[in-house]
Amino acid sequence: MAQKLHITTSPHVHCGDTIERNMRWVVWALMPALIVSFFVFGVGALIVTATSVLSCLFFEWFITRFILKRPSTLGDLSATITGILLAFNLPSNIPLYMIVVGALVAIGIGKMAFGGLGNNPFNPALVGRVFLLISFPAKMTSWPVPAGIAASYIDAETGATPLNLIGQIAGGNTAAADQLPSLANLFIGNTGGCIGEVSALVLLIGLVVLLCAKVITWHIPVSILSTVAVLTGLMWLINPVLYVNPLYHLCSGGLMLGAIFMATDYVTSPMTPKGMVWYGIGIGFLTVIIRYFGSYPEGMSFAILIMNAVVPLINNWCKPKRFGEAAK
Amino acid sequence: MNTFTIGGVHPEPNKLTADKKIETLGLPKQAVFPLSQHIGAPAVPCVQKGDAVRVGTRIAEPGGFMSASIHSSVSGKVAKIDTVVDASGLRKPAIFIDVEGDEWEPSIDRTDTLLLQNNLSREEIIEKIKNSGVVGMGGACFPTHVKLSPPKDCMIDTLIINAVECEPYLTADHRLMLEHPDEIIVGIKLILKVLGIDHAVIGVETNKQDAIELMNSKLSMVSGIEVMPLKMKYPQGGEKQLIEAVTGRQVPPPPALPANVGCVVQNVGTVYAIYEAVMKNKPLIERIVTVTGKSVKNPCNLKVRMGTPVSQLLEYAGGMPEDTGKLISGGPMMGRPLLDETAPVVKGTSGILMIPESEAARREERNCIRCAKCVQACPMGLEPYLLATASESGDWECAEENWIMSCIECGCCQSTCPSRRPLLDWVRLAKNRVGGIIRARNAKN
Repeated sequence: MAQKLHITTSPHVHCGDTIERNMRWVVWALMPALIVSFFVFGVGALIVTATSVLSCLFFEWFITRFILKRPSTLGDLSATITGILLAFNLPSNIPLYMIVVGALVAIGIGKMAFGGLGNNPFNPALVGRVFLLISFPAKMTSWPVPAGIAASYIDAETGATPLNLIGQIAGGNTAAADQLPSLANLFIGNTGGCIGEVSALVLLIGLVVLLCAKVITWHIPVSILSTVAVLTGLMWLINPVLYVNPLYHLCSGGLMLGAIFMATDYVTSPMTPKGMVWYGIGIGFLTVIIRYFGSYPEGMSFAILIMNAVVPLINNWCKPKRFGEAAK
Repeated sequence: MNTFTIGGVHPEPNKLTADKKIETLGLPKQAVFPLSQHIGAPAVPCVQKGDAVRVGTRIAEPGGFMSASIHSSVSGKVAKIDTVVDASGLRKPAIFIDVEGDEWEPSIDRTDTLLLQNNLSREEIIEKIKNSGVVGMGGACFPTHVKLSPPKDCMIDTLIINAVECEPYLTADHRLMLEHPDEIIVGIKLILKVLGIDHAVIGVETNKQDAIELMNSKLSMVSGIEVMPLKMKYPQGGEKQLIEAVTGRQVPPPPALPANVGCVVQNVGTVYAIYEAVMKNKPLIERIVTVTGKSVKNPCNLKVRMGTPVSQLLEYAGGMPEDTGKLISGGPMMGRPLLDETAPVVKGTSGILMIPESEAARREERNCIRCAKCVQACPMGLEPYLLATASESGDWECAEENWIMSCIECGCCQSTCPSRRPLLDWVRLAKNRVGGIIRARNAKN
């Protein structure tokens, strides 16, 4: 016999899916948000994102090469995504050294300390972001106003974000309602905030891309968004003077970015559809609680991290519907 | 349109031979008959070295209740009773027969005349099926006479004919329906008589539109038998999936049987074998084999005598292509890899598939990224990532608690995994161990 044959058990064919294919789609799906933020915040958005991605790649390379002494894992693109997501959760005028610190915490503590891709319990980008939020609260909570493509990087003019205003209104300062941007501006992203979170429109386009490419399923984003809509809607119905229209909540802050790109992180989200829905409901609930009753204006990062911690329990409780389980 | 409800995948169909008529392959020089061609106890030889046999002579008897007889597919002399490496990759006892001429047992009706009438009782029909060595032709090779004698306390109401052929590449069942629809209908009536019911459903996926139309036109005057087109999805040909697709009923986990939900499932190839056994007195000595692959010169559907070496089929199809990386007995999702081309065709050989080197090599395994695609793909509602990890760490308790024995080894999980984890390898290992633990526990109680 001429050929040497492979002897491996079935299945003998594969659908061709790879880690890289999924990660590449996530990167593509994030690009529209980056473009919008360039037009809204100017070159600062690009500087911050580039710095964050490069630092994440550097730390991942450094740790795999010199500490773990393993082959490089840069090719799987997961560090690239962590870099983009970390940047997207930062204001566009943040000093560069803070980004580097954030990237080190995200990759070093958030991911590699647990054994690299697949083993981290918490979303690495959010670990980095929350570390920065606690370490540099002033810089992390002053957001540039949308000044257009010509806005300068470090001296950007800052102002209140829609979420600050929503918080003030709920606190009794109903006059702040006049400063709220229009819903249309909120939806397309002409508003203050972190780099990647401003435009609900392009984030939703990203969601459609991820769904069509079968990278994620609808369960997590839809359950988060509907939970937030229902809870804030109820509060709005009870007292429309203090509590704003739920559409404001859906379009402001990190909700869309978190629901579509951060909560759906494969590694740190549940494994079954039922579990994903409970996880989403938990995130939505915690987000609303923190937004209205917490001391931070934004609750998305904390909500996701808290629910990340619950994922192992969710996986234990929410088993898939077994074939024949309900059979009579 | 009907289909099963949990999981499933859509592998490339690659039905290269769907339009190729069934051709008859010539006689081999030597035919080899392994004694285990079915689930259950191996058959026991009833011939000795030097004995002369004819086509259709019984050469091995059932080795127990769950077993099947084996008949010679050639005439000639028993050369030896030795061992051969079959599709399991293991050396198994087998009867070797040197071929001389082509002399058939006189009781066998070799004509093409369609026989419709018989006065046989159900016991006589079962006896004939048993004596002809008929087993499930879909690949599992469950002895048919056992399957047609369901437990007395089960009320059977539906016979399901499995003509799904959801495995990519394979077209043996498809061609059989196109070329022998009348025989199949007679066969179905025989089974209905045995089961004492009057309702049969032929499940066919919509990629076989011509077969659906042909069977429908043949059945327009027949009551009680219907064709049900099914939405394409792998593994619809799995017994449990097909029952759910057709009736909406889910078979409970093992040890429950399809009979527990009132169904008996027979593969369409088995139905044809039953027709030949009962009406033509012809034991199971031939089967349709699809010889195929993307680089194969002449992919074809062949009618092959049992025991013919695979090399002869490859020769007919234009030889094994240069780029072949894997030779498979069966389909790409559940087939078994062959060590070489000397293995004989047996009752369960539905196809011979050659996969090019580029697709045959497994890629490097990576960390599980917990994408949950295996959970979405599993048609049994299991968590393959968890079962594989439990197996890797030897946590058999965890595997059992998470329903590992329900796994049907369809391969959906592993064929979907972006990290290329050998999920099914691990699950098979754990199934084996957990099965042993359960048996030991039951033996103690």
